[in-house]
Amino acid sequence: MNFVLSILFSSFAVIVVVLIPWIGVGALDLRILFGIIIPYAAMVTFFVGIVVRVIDWSRSPVPFRIPTTAGQEWSFPWIKSNPIDNPKGTGGVVIRMIFEVLTFRSLFRNTRLEYRRIDGVPKIDYEWEKWLWVAALLFHYSFLVIFLRHFRFFTEPVPGFVTLLQNLDGFMQMGAAPFNGFGLPGVYLTDMLLMAALTWLLLRRILYSQIRYISLPADYFPLFLIIALGFSGMLMRYLFRVDVTKVKELAIGLFKFSPVSPEGIGVIFYIHLFILCVLIAYFPFSKLMHLAGIFLSPTRNLSNNSRFVRHVNPWSYPVKTHTYEEYEDEFRDKMIEAGLPVDKGAESTAETEEKE
Amino acid sequence: MADTPKPAETAKIDHYPSPFEKGWMNKQVEIKPGIYCYGSNPKNLEYVGMPYPKEWNPTEEDWKLPENWKEIIEEGFKDRLDKFRSLKLFMDICVRCGACADKCHFFIGSGDPKNMPVMRAELLRSVYRRNHTIGGKLLGPFAGARELTEDVLKEWWYYLYQCTECRRCSLFCPYGIDMAEITILGRELTNLLGLNIDWIAAPVANCYRTGNHLGIQPHAFKDMLEFFTDEIEDITGIRMEQDFNRKGAEILFITPSGDVFADPGTFTCMGYMMLFHYLKDQGLDITWSTYASEGGNFGYFTSHEMAKRLNAKMYAEAKRLGVKWILGGECGHMWRVLNQYMDTFNGPADFLEEPVSPITGTKFENAKTTKMTHIIEFTADLMKHNKLKLDPSRNDHLKVTFHDSCNPARGMGFLEEPRYVIKNVCNNFYEMPPETIREQTFCCGSGAGLNAGENLELRMRGGLPRANAVKYVHEKHGVNMLSCICAIDRAVLPNLMEYWVPEVDVTGVHEMVANALVFEGEKKRTTDLRGESLPGMEDEEDV
Repeated sequence: MNFVLSILFSSFAVIVVVLIPWIGVGALDLRILFGIIIPYAAMVTFFVGIVVRVIDWSRSPVPFRIPTTAGQEWSFPWIKSNPIDNPKGTGGVVIRMIFEVLTFRSLFRNTRLEYRRIDGVPKIDYEWEKWLWVAALLFHYSFLVIFLRHFRFFTEPVPGFVTLLQNLDGFMQMGAAPFNGFGLPGVYLTDMLLMAALTWLLLRRILYSQIRYISLPADYFPLFLIIALGFSGMLMRYLFRVDVTKVKELAIGLFKFSPVSPEGIGVIFYIHLFILCVLIAYFPFSKLMHLAGIFLSPTRNLSNNSRFVRHVNPWSYPVKTHTYEEYEDEFRDKMIEAGLPVDKGAESTAETEEKE
Repeated sequence: MADTPKPAETAKIDHYPSPFEKGWMNKQVEIKPGIYCYGSNPKNLEYVGMPYPKEWNPTEEDWKLPENWKEIIEEGFKDRLDKFRSLKLFMDICVRCGACADKCHFFIGSGDPKNMPVMRAELLRSVYRRNHTIGGKLLGPFAGARELTEDVLKEWWYYLYQCTECRRCSLFCPYGIDMAEITILGRELTNLLGLNIDWIAAPVANCYRTGNHLGIQPHAFKDMLEFFTDEIEDITGIRMEQDFNRKGAEILFITPSGDVFADPGTFTCMGYMMLFHYLKDQGLDITWSTYASEGGNFGYFTSHEMAKRLNAKMYAEAKRLGVKWILGGECGHMWRVLNQYMDTFNGPADFLEEPVSPITGTKFENAKTTKMTHIIEFTADLMKHNKLKLDPSRNDHLKVTFHDSCNPARGMGFLEEPRYVIKNVCNNFYEMPPETIREQTFCCGSGAGLNAGENLELRMRGGLPRANAVKYVHEKHGVNMLSCICAIDRAVLPNLMEYWVPEVDVTGVHEMVANALVFEGEKKRTTDLRGESLPGMEDEEDV
C-alpha cells in the first residue's frame, strides 16, 4: 500500500468517525447512546484493554539482562562511570526511566544523516536534528495540559491546579491577533502548540521520503483522529459555543456513575466526545500502547549488572554440550604427541580399546 | 563470488525512496550477489543436530523447505513471544517515528529502505500482526499485516542476515526497541528450517568439535602459539613459553581463535603472550586451553540455545583445570555474551573465585558473579599501579585512533578502559567524531557472522560510516592506525580500510602494549611485532 492509499484510508476512517455522531445525535437524537453508553464502553475498553495488554506482556519473562548501555560501565574507582546511561543498580534505572519518560532522552540523541559525494568520494555527516524531539515533546505535554484543563468540566469544585493551569495556558495568548477583538475567548497556548506539533508530525510523514516509506495507515489514523479531536474542541471553544453548564452536568454525571443526558448541548460536543471515545477505545489495540510499553522495555529498565549479580532465566533448560572427555577421546593421540597434558593416559586408551 | 564494485561505484547511494512506490509489502525480495551469504552446508548443521540440513542455494527458487514449514515458523514465533518479553513488546510498541532509520550502517551504506531498522523489524511485525493481533486479522494490509508466504520468508532471511546486531538503532529508539534482539530471534526462526548461512554454521560446528571456530586441533593450536614464541624471540631475544591445559593454574585465559589464526590478530595474540611472560616473575600463573580455545560465539548468531551450548566450555574447562578465575581476550560479541548472558546461560560458577589481580591485589568487583575479567581491565589496572615498564615512544610511528566495537560499547559500556591503556602506550592518539564513537559507535559492517567473502560488497557498504570517520581523522591528523578490541574487527577492518582508506592499518590494543613493554634483558628492539623497522632505531648499532 503506498502512502496515498494509506492517507486516503485513514482520513476516510476519521470522516466516518465524525459522521457517526453527527448523524446519530444531530439527526437521530441518540443522546443516551452517544453521551452515556458509548463513553462508558470506551472507558471500559480503555482501562481493561490496557490492563490486559500489560498483563499479557508481563506474562512473558525477561530471560536475559540486555540493557542498551549508553555510557561508561561501573568499573574501577578511578574510572568515572555513567550511572544514568549505564546504571549499575535500581537507583540509576529509575533516573534513566524518568528521563526517558519525561524528557524523551533517547529521542533527544537523534541526528540526521547528511550524505554527499565530493568527486565520487563519500562524505558523511550527522547533522543536528531535534525537530522530532521538539514536536514529540510539545505534542505530549500539550495533550497532557489540555487533558488536565478538562478537569474543570468534570470536577466540582474545580481543583486549584486546574484553574492555575488554565490561567497560565491562556495568559500568553491574551492579546494575540487575529483572535482578539472578535468577541472570542482567550486562545490557549497549548491548543496552538498541539495543532502545530501534530501538523509537523503529519507533514514529516508525508514530506520525508524515509518516513513516508515506513508509515502505515496505523500511523496516519491516530494522527488524523487527534487532529480531529483538537479541531472539534477548538471549534467548540472558538466558534460553535456549547452550553458549558450542561456539558459539565453530563460529565459529572458520568464520573459519579449517575449519568444524565441534558438536552440542548450542540452536536459538535458529541462529535468531540465520540472522537475521544474512538481514540481511547482504539488505544489498547494500537501503537499508542507505547505509553505503557516504555516502562517494560528491557533495554531501558534493566541495570547493567549481569557480571556481578546473577540473573536467572526462568525457562532455562539443560543443553547438549561437547564435553572435554569427548574432545580428548577424539584428539588424545595428537595431544600426547604434541606434549599436551591429557586426563586419561595413552595406556588407559589402549586399555579401553582392548576391552572393546 | 560476485565482483565487488569499485568504491566510487559503491558510493552512489540514494537514501530517498521515490514517493510513488508501490509500498513495501508489494515488492518481492531480490536476493543480490555480493550482499547475501551462502546457505549452510548440511554437514555443519548435522554435526550439531540442527534441524533440516540440506544443500540449498538462496538464489534458487526452491529452498527445499519442509512441507509444514509455515506451521514450524508460526509455532516458533509463538513460542518465542511467550519466552521473551522483549519480542512481544518490540512487536507491539513501535510508532514508526523513524528515529532509527538513518542510524543503521547498512542503510547508510546501501540506501536499501528495508535496511532501515524499523523496516527490518516491520518485515516480522507484519506477520506478527496477521497472526497475533485483532486489527491484523480483521483489516489485513490496512493494519499493516500480511500473510507469511515463501517470499516473505525469503525476505526475512535476506534482511536478517544483513543486520550485525550492533544495537545502534536501539540507542536512538525512544522505547529502546532493539533490532539486534529481533534479529537474534528472527534468525532462530530461520534456523528452525535449516536456513542458516554457512559462514555461521561452519564455525559453530568447528567450535563444537575442536573448541574453536576455525577448527584448530589441539596440537595445531599449540604449534601456532609456539610459532609466535619463535617470532617473539626474534624480536626481543627472550623465549616466552606458554602453558596449555595446565591443571592447578590460577587463571584460565580464553581469547577468540581469530587471534591465533590471521594477521593482524596474531600480533595481538603475541601481545598477550608477552604480557603474560612479563608478569610471570611477579606471580602470574596462567594457562591457555586448547579445549576452551574460543572466546567468540557464533552460536549467538544462530540461537540462544546454540550460544549456550558453545559458551558452556568456558566454565566446564575452568572447573576441570581447577583455576580460580578466567581472563578473556579482546573481542566484541564475546564480551556481549560474557557480560549479558554467560552467568544466566551456564552459571552459577560457584567453583570459581572472585577475580583478584595477583600482581596488584585489585579485586575486580564488577566481575563478581561471572568470574571473568577483560584483559583490557586487567592491563589498565596494572598500568594504574605502575606495574609495567613502558616505552610509548616505540609506538611513535603510529598515529592511532580507536574504534569502539559495538558489543563492548552498547552491551557493556566498556569505553574508558581501552582508551586508558592506549594512552599509556601511545603518544599520538586522536578520537574520531563523537557521533561515530563510544555508545554511538558504528559497526565494522561485518559482525554477527557476516564476515564472509561472498558478501564483500555488503561489508564494504556496511563499513562505510566507520571508514568515513577514519578517513576524517586520517585527513585531519594523519592517523595511520585504527585500533580496536575485537577479533572480528581485526579480521575485517583491514579489508575495509584497503577499500575506503588505504593509508590506514589495523591493530589490536595489546599489540601496542607489547610494543611498548620494556623487558629486563631484552635485546634492543629494532622492529615492532610486525617485523617492521622502528623509525630511528634501525640504523643504530645493536648494543
